[in-house]
Amino acid sequence: MKSKALAAPYLVWMALFTIVPLAIVAYYAFTDSQTGELTLKNISNLGNYMPILIKSIWLALVSTAICLVIGYPVAYYIANCDEVKQRFLYMLVMLPMCISFLLRTLAWVALTEDTGIINNFIVSLGLEPLPLIRNDGAVVLGMVYNYLPYMIMPLYTVIMKIDRRLVEAAEDLGCSGPQTFKRVILPLSTPGIISGFTMVFVPAVSTFYISQKLGSSGTTLIGDVIESQFKTAYNPNLGAALSLVLMVMIFICVGVTNRFGDDEEVMAP
Amino acid sequence: MKRLSAFFLSLLLALSILPQPQAKAEPVTINVYNWGQYISDGTDGYIDVNKAFTEATGIEVNYMTFDTNETMYTKLKTGGSSYDIIIPSDYMVARLIAEDMLEEIDFSNIPNYKYVDEAYRNTSYDPENKYSVPYTWGTVGVIYNTKYVDEADTGSWDLLWNTKYDGKILMFDNPRDAFAISELLLGIDINSEDRDELRTAAYKLIEQKPLVQAYVMDQIFAAMEREEAWIAPYYAGDYLLMVEENPDLGFYFPEEGFNLFIDAICIPKGCQNKAAAEAYINFLCDPEVNAENLEYLGYSTPLSEAKQYMDPDMVESEIAYPPEEVLEGGGAFINLSSETSQYTDSLWLEVKTQGGVDTYAIVCMAAVAVFLVIYFIVHRIKTKKRLANRCRKWKT
Repeated sequence: MKSKALAAPYLVWMALFTIVPLAIVAYYAFTDSQTGELTLKNISNLGNYMPILIKSIWLALVSTAICLVIGYPVAYYIANCDEVKQRFLYMLVMLPMCISFLLRTLAWVALTEDTGIINNFIVSLGLEPLPLIRNDGAVVLGMVYNYLPYMIMPLYTVIMKIDRRLVEAAEDLGCSGPQTFKRVILPLSTPGIISGFTMVFVPAVSTFYISQKLGSSGTTLIGDVIESQFKTAYNPNLGAALSLVLMVMIFICVGVTNRFGDDEEVMAP
Repeated sequence: MKRLSAFFLSLLLALSILPQPQAKAEPVTINVYNWGQYISDGTDGYIDVNKAFTEATGIEVNYMTFDTNETMYTKLKTGGSSYDIIIPSDYMVARLIAEDMLEEIDFSNIPNYKYVDEAYRNTSYDPENKYSVPYTWGTVGVIYNTKYVDEADTGSWDLLWNTKYDGKILMFDNPRDAFAISELLLGIDINSEDRDELRTAAYKLIEQKPLVQAYVMDQIFAAMEREEAWIAPYYAGDYLLMVEENPDLGFYFPEEGFNLFIDAICIPKGCQNKAAAEAYINFLCDPEVNAENLEYLGYSTPLSEAKQYMDPDMVESEIAYPPEEVLEGGGAFINLSSETSQYTDSLWLEVKTQGGVDTYAIVCMAAVAVFLVIYFIVHRIKTKKRLANRCRKWKT
């Protein structure tokens, strides 16, 4: 009873700033921008944006996978250091997040441009400049760079809490290194992988700034389209419909990954 | 000791909340909403217009910027913010008038209006001269880098479609300016409301898209000055600013014609301080202020009176004040019907989002999905078996 009373402010907050706005988004998505009548036009038009949606999901998935591949060993290493070193390394991971996300992306632009720092160096060596910017790779780079800490943090927290005795037990019972990893550490760190996946994938799929700065005129992502509908085209109805579809897609993706988590828990007893 | 310091701290806090006895009356503040890089702000030794206005009148200026007419329109339309001064372009002024979003200006509060040239009064966008005061006028042309661009390729809008400069071309990031270029090249009227013509223009823009480095507005400054891009259509006044940073930049008026625009100062509905806003307009129309402001901006002045205070080089510049025969090639935008505006917006979105389906991505994602499903099913079966085994072991 008491805990309910304590949660009340947040429940009110959530109702006001989550449920109500969502209802407004849904309302806009199903009304006509001119007449205000109920319509399915916005939703039925979404077929046109399918290639963009697919591209957004694809780039976000690739970035998330790369984040996982890079982030897991880092998190594992940090979790196995002594405490002082752990704190120091954890701070290093967090440090870039103290600088504005926009500024960090702009810094990548300055580095990778045709007349940027890296290419200036390459040219000064007498070589041809490399096409570092304005392609899908640059967008993925931007996403990985910006969202990597969100992958490392949950992984680190989960791996750190794994009972060392379980690892020792596995070794005592004759597991080799890779076997211990596969049968003990990896299953126990699944919750970290899942929350890391969610925390990277969700912002990556809806990003618009990174693709505008590091992408080409061909890498318009779904976030860019939504932004333009609210910022310049004054068509909030289409923007709301796109957001709604994106949200449903994200729910499906997160739901699927959570199934994996449930499945692992079945093994526990 | 701790308690004592806490007491003092709370006392200090309480004191800071109490009203200061020497506080003056709240100064009047006006919200000004203007294009980015569109007022002299005190750099390079030029006048800081807003500061000078505050010094002259005691009215504070809260200055904000937008990057396209459409952004400004959306901001006004979605509400939630009130502006006292906005400076849109001609066609947008007409649209705002048509949608009853502007206040009528009381010209008796603007004595400096007498300096405005006859040519910039009773314009097509505000025929009765009730809602707007011209701020600047100017033209759109092509800026190019003479180091990289062959002089023989220049002269026409088709430079922006030249495959030789793949990836080094910038393009306007607003539908009106972008469509105008495509229309001029195709020989279509820039104020066309014909859907087929607009569609043809959109196809032309889609054809150009693979060559375009980026769709930008004021980022053009940095990209052209640093030679990240070599070709860009933009406002002539801004070229004059860029060429000071990079003398290799060139400019020409395309032979097919170009857009001739007037940006005008207006007071939107919902303005909080109309008299203060009118004082601001009057200040901007002061010939000396106007001269120094526009000399910094590089845009052309609608006040002939101001020219005497300007650098003579600027007044004689054929880019800021093109000769009569060049100006004949210019065409003004007029307001399009809201249906056409919407149609153009949807075409523009089509241009920006154009791009084939990435079959590679689909195949990869499908493969991953199939793999996950199979893994999931196999894993399920295995787990069930193992649990069943465990149960059997317990039983025996």
